[in-house]
Amino acid sequence: MPDVSLAALAAQVFTGLVLGMIYVLLAIGLSLIFGLMTVVNFSHGALYMLGAYVGFTLLRFTGSFATALVLAPLLVGLLGLFVERFLIRPLYGRRPDDPLLLTFGLSLVVVETARLIWGKIGLTLDPPRALAGAVNLGFTYFPTYRLFVIAVTALVLVGLWLFLEKTNVGLVIRAGSRDPLMVRALGFDVGRIWFLVFGIGAGLAGLAGILAGPMRGAYAEMGVTIIIESFVVVVVGGMGSLLGAVVSGLIIGQIVSLTTFFAPKLAEIVVFITMAIVLLLRPSGLFGEAGLLE
Amino acid sequence: MHRRTFVKTAAAAAATLGFPGVLRAQGAGPVRIGMPLPLTGPFAALAKDMQQGAVLGVDELNAKGGILGRKVEVLFRDDQLKPQVGAQRTQELIEKEQCQFIVGGLAAHVQMAINEQTKKAKILYVSTSQSDEISAKPDTSPITFHEALNPTITSRTVGKWIIENLGKRWWIVYADYAWGKQNNAVLNETNKKLGGTVLGSTPYPLGSAEFSAHLPKIQAAKPEVLVSVTPGADNIAFLKQAASFGMRSQMKIAQPLLWISYLKEGGPELYDGIYGGINWYWELQDTIPTARKFVEASMKKFNMPPGDYGAYSYSGVLEVARGAELAKSTDADKVADALRKNPQYDHFKGKQWWRACDNKSFQDMWIVKGRGPGKTKGEWGLADVIAKVPANEELDRTCAEKGHA
Repeated sequence: MPDVSLAALAAQVFTGLVLGMIYVLLAIGLSLIFGLMTVVNFSHGALYMLGAYVGFTLLRFTGSFATALVLAPLLVGLLGLFVERFLIRPLYGRRPDDPLLLTFGLSLVVVETARLIWGKIGLTLDPPRALAGAVNLGFTYFPTYRLFVIAVTALVLVGLWLFLEKTNVGLVIRAGSRDPLMVRALGFDVGRIWFLVFGIGAGLAGLAGILAGPMRGAYAEMGVTIIIESFVVVVVGGMGSLLGAVVSGLIIGQIVSLTTFFAPKLAEIVVFITMAIVLLLRPSGLFGEAGLLE
Repeated sequence: MHRRTFVKTAAAAAATLGFPGVLRAQGAGPVRIGMPLPLTGPFAALAKDMQQGAVLGVDELNAKGGILGRKVEVLFRDDQLKPQVGAQRTQELIEKEQCQFIVGGLAAHVQMAINEQTKKAKILYVSTSQSDEISAKPDTSPITFHEALNPTITSRTVGKWIIENLGKRWWIVYADYAWGKQNNAVLNETNKKLGGTVLGSTPYPLGSAEFSAHLPKIQAAKPEVLVSVTPGADNIAFLKQAASFGMRSQMKIAQPLLWISYLKEGGPELYDGIYGGINWYWELQDTIPTARKFVEASMKKFNMPPGDYGAYSYSGVLEVARGAELAKSTDADKVADALRKNPQYDHFKGKQWWRACDNKSFQDMWIVKGRGPGKTKGEWGLADVIAKVPANEELDRTCAEKGHA
């Protein structure tokens, strides 16, 4: 049994918070896209990877991390818009596995393309000098950059919440995820909403990628495991529920972190055990509505 | 298309496709060496180094007239760091590509899968990366050779050096697969034997890029030395995260192995003052004549010095050729016998030899330390050689301990 001091546990909670923030950014996009379009976007992990690589290239050319942090998600979001318009849109109205297969294939294409452009060997990204060291939190030293990740994610989440709750477009998005047929009957162009939402989801994945880059590096396979864990986060939170994605992302981050502390060998599977338990107790997830997939 | 035309075309196509196979079967075609390597994934940088090493070996052989007067070819396949893919690629290399030899493998668990295939097909296999099992029963075979160092030798050597030079209170972080587990076991054993304390050892899944959840616990335990058994790209992620938590100033960091490919990729700041074992480092060319020749060939062809693992595959390819020339055959048993009867060789690092009981290559190794920023020499002069550990059969388990009668 490791020494369980309060300070060590507090440090563990902080590391879990950072893990959770990355899950949340990915899960929100997945959940938005699924809730609105019933598209299971398997290319989300590849978009996350692209975020890190595009960020790396921007950082190299501009020398400014801030520019990379802003532009990389925008560029990945733009790619998301293209994907929706030209690849996914022709598949609407067909069985949900068609877009699933398409996005899965797309993820393979994107990964191979990344290998062609940036090479098979991973790249390292450095956080800006100002964020490079560790801060003394009183109970532990914690990397400044990780605190920055927590802050940026929190800001983006608040912004997203304001957008969805306080703007008209947000209102239509929320309505569309409840009942797309009714929204269309009211005269809204649901296609445009889907277009926008896919772009936002892709952009958030790109943001997760560029934020994770300085911690984990950029490599072609980086989206493979995290996409599966992010799906688990979405399922645990409830398919299509944004609040669910946030809460479940943070919970899963803590569970992974604390399991690593007490029983590192279990850290890999604990995510799936959590999912199994939640599904047994609440088949539609923590905040999900039943019947979305029917 | 008429049916007759179709039949004709198909027959012609079959003849063309079948022809090289016929040629090879008659022994007139090139000698082919197959290399399964993890060309994609966290070991990609090392795999590239190994590819280059093999190409240098093959070039050198062909410049001297090949093997038994036949041209030499090397074929690379991506095993994706997965045992089942490694097995499949090896099978294809043997059956479809008609390779007479298999050299390579770069992960202890994938090696086992490759070895299963070569044993089944009776093809000589020279393994070029670390594993304790490959040269021990039940995995080994009379036609399986192990060119690389292994976890027992490396961790006994580096472990002892750490105790004597850096400190006795350790925390070990290791990748949870064959190589990592074997190193962890030997490190624990060595530490205990020499009167040290292992405060904890933490496994993590191979190929992981996120270590933060492991670090606060280690920090709180305050070890003198953090022993990092984190291969491939994991190494960079691990060291970066340890540094970002401020651990670099709180403890020393040492590794059973350092790799020049990752020193280059991670940069001097990341590896400043990190200690580790290494099987070879290009600056040894100042004292070893064969190393100089090898470095020059690599500079000429690739404009960079070879790395530690590239050296293994270079040597592996040359050993296959030496064995075939001695045996005047590419037959696995005959080549294996010839190598055991003439065990000494020196392709890049001074004298090494095959131990007869387990086909294990014994060789010198070195302890190096990362040069910090401003102290590097050129693009690749990234480490200081701290100590040399001469080849010694006693550093490995004995023939009996490895199950050889």
